[in-house]
Amino acid sequence: MDHTIPREVLFDMYRRLYLIRQVELKIEEHYHEDEMKTPVHLALGQEAVAVGICIHLTQEDYIFSNHRSHAHYLAKGGDLKAMMAELYCKETGCSRGRGGSMHLIDVSIGHLGSSSMVGGSIPHAVGAAFAIQYKTEDRLAVSFFGDAASEQGVFYESMSWAKKKKLPVIFVCENNEYSVCSHISARQPLIPIAQRAQAFDIPSETIDGMNLLTVYDRMCQATDYVRSGQGPYFLECRVQRWRGHAGSGDPSKEKYRRPAELQEDFLRDPLRDYEGYVAAAEGVKKEDLKTMQDKINAQIEEAFRFAKESPLPKKEELTKYLFS
Amino acid sequence: MPWTKLQIEREEPAFDENEGQNVRKLSYGEALREALDQALERDPRVYAMGQGVDDPGGMFGSTLDLHKKYGSDRVFDTPLSEEAMIGMAIGSAMVGLRPVSIHNRPDFLMMAMDQIVNAAAKWSYMFAGQVPIPLVIRACVGRGWGSAAQHSQALQGLFVHVPGLKVVMPSTAYDAKGLLINSIADNNPVLFFEQRWLYKHKSHVPEHVYAVPFGEAVVKRPGKDVTILGVSHMVIEALRAADELAAKGIEAEVIDARTLIPFDEQTLLSSLAKTGRLIVADLACKTGGFSAEVLATVSEKGLHSLKKSPVRVAFPDVPTPASFVLEEAYYPGVPDIVRAAETLMV
Repeated sequence: MDHTIPREVLFDMYRRLYLIRQVELKIEEHYHEDEMKTPVHLALGQEAVAVGICIHLTQEDYIFSNHRSHAHYLAKGGDLKAMMAELYCKETGCSRGRGGSMHLIDVSIGHLGSSSMVGGSIPHAVGAAFAIQYKTEDRLAVSFFGDAASEQGVFYESMSWAKKKKLPVIFVCENNEYSVCSHISARQPLIPIAQRAQAFDIPSETIDGMNLLTVYDRMCQATDYVRSGQGPYFLECRVQRWRGHAGSGDPSKEKYRRPAELQEDFLRDPLRDYEGYVAAAEGVKKEDLKTMQDKINAQIEEAFRFAKESPLPKKEELTKYLFS
Repeated sequence: MPWTKLQIEREEPAFDENEGQNVRKLSYGEALREALDQALERDPRVYAMGQGVDDPGGMFGSTLDLHKKYGSDRVFDTPLSEEAMIGMAIGSAMVGLRPVSIHNRPDFLMMAMDQIVNAAAKWSYMFAGQVPIPLVIRACVGRGWGSAAQHSQALQGLFVHVPGLKVVMPSTAYDAKGLLINSIADNNPVLFFEQRWLYKHKSHVPEHVYAVPFGEAVVKRPGKDVTILGVSHMVIEALRAADELAAKGIEAEVIDARTLIPFDEQTLLSSLAKTGRLIVADLACKTGGFSAEVLATVSEKGLHSLKKSPVRVAFPDVPTPASFVLEEAYYPGVPDIVRAAETLMV
């Protein structure tokens, strides 16, 4: 692993990781108020993947996300106020209150809208990559999807075409082992998902998605490969979904989680681990992180206030936007 | 000779919309090809793809040799992965391209329903118009030579039901070109359905680029006694029926819907105000389809005009059979329309 990560990148990753964690916790804290009338799929536990991937992307690169959309949006630099307003279904939301939590968008940073159809956004990333190649642009596209998306036919169809055309796309599978409450072992043969990409001769690996430094390092490899025009790359990131499929907490965990997962020391914490790493890095002072945290927490407070105070959509604009 | 072509030669009478006129004429297939050619020529963002678009037949001639003119980057063959390929087209449209996705049969679009219904139709609304999806999906409704249940379906009614999609069904070569140009120019997903037996028909087709607007039905033949609203090939059947009816002293007004979404209610309602009698000649099964939607619209907005209960001439509610005997029983045509008109006039 390359340990010479520049200091500003170390801090930038910390900023993004901490932001996602605190936003998700804040959403969870307020969700019971029933003011966010939209199903939320919290990324708690899975934050390192979004950060380790997006840190290697520019605003010119595209990402395509899914129902568990908050972390991807924030890691790519999506507008926090517009996201929170969307969760409160307000007119000031990133989708003007028409999309909700599963349908976030920020065109200005290359996030063209997340889909809640499992596997549905995989070909969109391939299509954006096709357009990049078509226009001979210097960008790449990233597709974020979960383990259950690997059960859809479109997953295989998309990899096949991406390989055939050598498209600049990185497939990022966040394998948290659960589709709602169904464990992966009940759904598919336990052949590593990354291995399926190898059937298409797409370089792939299964990595520890709970470790930001690992994700950072392997994504570095992936972007080098894809940006040099060699075609698609595949990363399967093993992660832990801390909460239930949707909503706050994991109220029925005793009923579906496997016994080992209920042990107190089972869950790992990508933020705590990374914070320990950054704090120990040469020349980093404890106040540096504290200053960053305070600033982020103030931004989150401001975003929630903005969202709550924003106007709702107008009923007379129900049919607006049906066509463009 | 390819089998369907053989049957069309034998069974579908010639149709020349501008018979006797010394004007530039193209067939339906040639008109589609010219529209695509001109769109590719004018706009580098336009590309066309589909299974066999670059094969020797060129999708019944409608894409013939365009890959030679524009290169295989812009006109190319695709794998049998309809879901991924339409999803791919949608993704490329999100970042500024204007794909034309071509399918031999509407039956094959069923593999791509998730992308058409859950993505293409939703993106504009779900994201408040920030990312338009300028996508054209062409498919040709099959008929005959035992094509049977999985190669003859007219499924446009499924798409009519989904808000966010436009549905276009040209019946003539002139409209085929003008509506395809307009579909490619539109910033929304458009389902563009052709019918195989229309491909030999001719119209005057101007060489210049022209667009036929959406939501404008056209009166193909004026008449005072009965209104026949036709869709696609059934417009041609309605015109033939109108000739027979004229010989019997019945003046039928034939309207071509041209676009099902948006649908031009006003042209239909104005005609009904005159005739008071309605036949809807649809190219689809009867139940839950476009013909039902037309009658619902008439009952809401034009009931006062009706002198008689309207009649639908449509495919029966069974899968398309293979045997030619059963095919004959399956497809409605001129005799059915004539009979319906005569009944309405009693």
